[in-house]
Amino acid sequence: MTVAVPPLAPAGTLPGPAIRITPAPSRGSDPGRPHEPATALRLEGISCWYGGFRAINDVSLDVERRRITALIGPSGCGKSTLLRTMNRLNELVPSFRLEGRITFEGVDIYGRDVDPVVVRRRVGMVFQKPNPFPKSIYDNVAFGPRINGFKGNLDELVERSLRRAALWDEVKDKLRQSGLSLSGGQQQRLCIARTIATEPEVILMDEPCSALDPRATLQIEELMAELSREYTIVIVTHNMQQAARASDTTIFMTMGDDRAGYIVERGPTLRMFTNPEHRLTEDYVSGRFG
Amino acid sequence: MTANVPASAAAPAARFEPNLMRRKLAGTIFLGVCLLAIGVLLLTLAVLLWDILSRALPWLDAQFLTGAPSRRAERAGVLPALVGSIEIALLVALITFPIGVAAAIYLEEYANDNRLSRLLRTNIANLAGVPSIVYGIFGLALFVRGLGLGFSLLAGAMTLSLLILPVVIIASMEAMRAVPQAQREAAFALGGSRWQVVGGSVLPAAAPGILTGIILAMARAIGETAPLILVGAVTFVTFLPNPIDSGYTVLPIQIFQWAGDPREDFQSLAAAAITVLLILMFVLNAVAIIIRARLSRHLTW
Repeated sequence: MTVAVPPLAPAGTLPGPAIRITPAPSRGSDPGRPHEPATALRLEGISCWYGGFRAINDVSLDVERRRITALIGPSGCGKSTLLRTMNRLNELVPSFRLEGRITFEGVDIYGRDVDPVVVRRRVGMVFQKPNPFPKSIYDNVAFGPRINGFKGNLDELVERSLRRAALWDEVKDKLRQSGLSLSGGQQQRLCIARTIATEPEVILMDEPCSALDPRATLQIEELMAELSREYTIVIVTHNMQQAARASDTTIFMTMGDDRAGYIVERGPTLRMFTNPEHRLTEDYVSGRFG
Repeated sequence: MTANVPASAAAPAARFEPNLMRRKLAGTIFLGVCLLAIGVLLLTLAVLLWDILSRALPWLDAQFLTGAPSRRAERAGVLPALVGSIEIALLVALITFPIGVAAAIYLEEYANDNRLSRLLRTNIANLAGVPSIVYGIFGLALFVRGLGLGFSLLAGAMTLSLLILPVVIIASMEAMRAVPQAQREAAFALGGSRWQVVGGSVLPAAAPGILTGIILAMARAIGETAPLILVGAVTFVTFLPNPIDSGYTVLPIQIFQWAGDPREDFQSLAAAAITVLLILMFVLNAVAIIIRARLSRHLTW
């Protein structure tokens, strides 16, 4: 299903509160890796249901490798559901059903011979409310590698992951303390360290900052920019300023009349926020609804 | 209408009747009723304990704790019964722990929500309410006669295990249900198989609740009398029991025997044995509390 996109008035005429757009850091210096395709994850014709209720309606999109893709849209339009299709986490709900194709590195992840356990190691996830295990900080980070049969220097992997999550300096003297003894922002960074310890290729983030204060939010955003040099990131966010600040590509979703989500428009973040093509997009990013 | 704060001119004060006095009075009365209930309970407990302890204390000496029952009251001791109770408690724990926890894991984490699993859950809840003597009859048929174990302590332990198994299963299921779904999602998202999620994330978090449930169920089993009588625990045992041979007794049965003797001395002996039983239960409960406290150090959802 294609959505007819009527042309809008010329740029610069958007009413509503101004959104300060800081262009994403220049990628020009990143030589890229010539043998890799640009697309890490491709969704084709995805529709999904919870029992009889259709949550997503015919969504297709490409997720670019080592870029930050933001998924924005009003509450309840299916952003989290769409995110969870990418690591097959929706299957924990028995009534869930999916149609369509999702290819990761060229392989259909819902294929008959594909084990979701393997998919989930390579496509990691950070959740909205930080959920560290009630174990020590060390054991939290080591959990993923251990269950995936990591053979190697675990201490070194834990330190590397904590460094990459910008948490090492704060916890290096208290690795044996409980993960729950950290502040909210630290717990979320611990969850990020935990996720990257399994060395995934894609990191899915489901509103990772919505439970955090502004300072912690900024720390996480800076972290994301760093991480996107190594990992492909898809982030669902309610915070439009965050999407504008932090992402390279933005996808705008909304709910149809049947309450199923669909994609209205997608494109480079700068264009989406300053010169969107679709009226709904313009309304949403300028804060007129949502 | 009483008001401590004068109503502002603009506020429509007439629409609300705070009735502060009446509400506070209702609260105070309710608190009083609760305190009364607790008071009655504590008083009853205190009277009971006083009655027992005042009779028992003169008889609680080393000879009592290390001796065997005798027809002469001053020579009677409680050791075989004590050892029997402890042995049964340990065996019961050994049997119910793996079976109960495994059944709970299956029902809570693996089973789909279909008719069969709902039937199972309901039936387990029903079994928890079956009178203990019914388990005694069942144990007689199955363990003593059917499996040929005879009137052994092992058969008694297995009978009691059946008795408390539903309680252990339900307590374990509750403990696992209390683990937030977010924990499971996090473990799945790291690429865990279902067993890794359950064993690495759910069980450690549910451990305090599970262990507490087991220990409390054991404390109940130690106090059971009727089912054990049916499967052959006898009342006059002067030797230390072992699990295989027949001939054993437990504290509740020893108490029962002594209490049935009208002589004053044996009444006091019964009181002394009751005290020993109470101490045993107290120790078990204390262990449960300590284990729970130590294991839930990390758990502050």
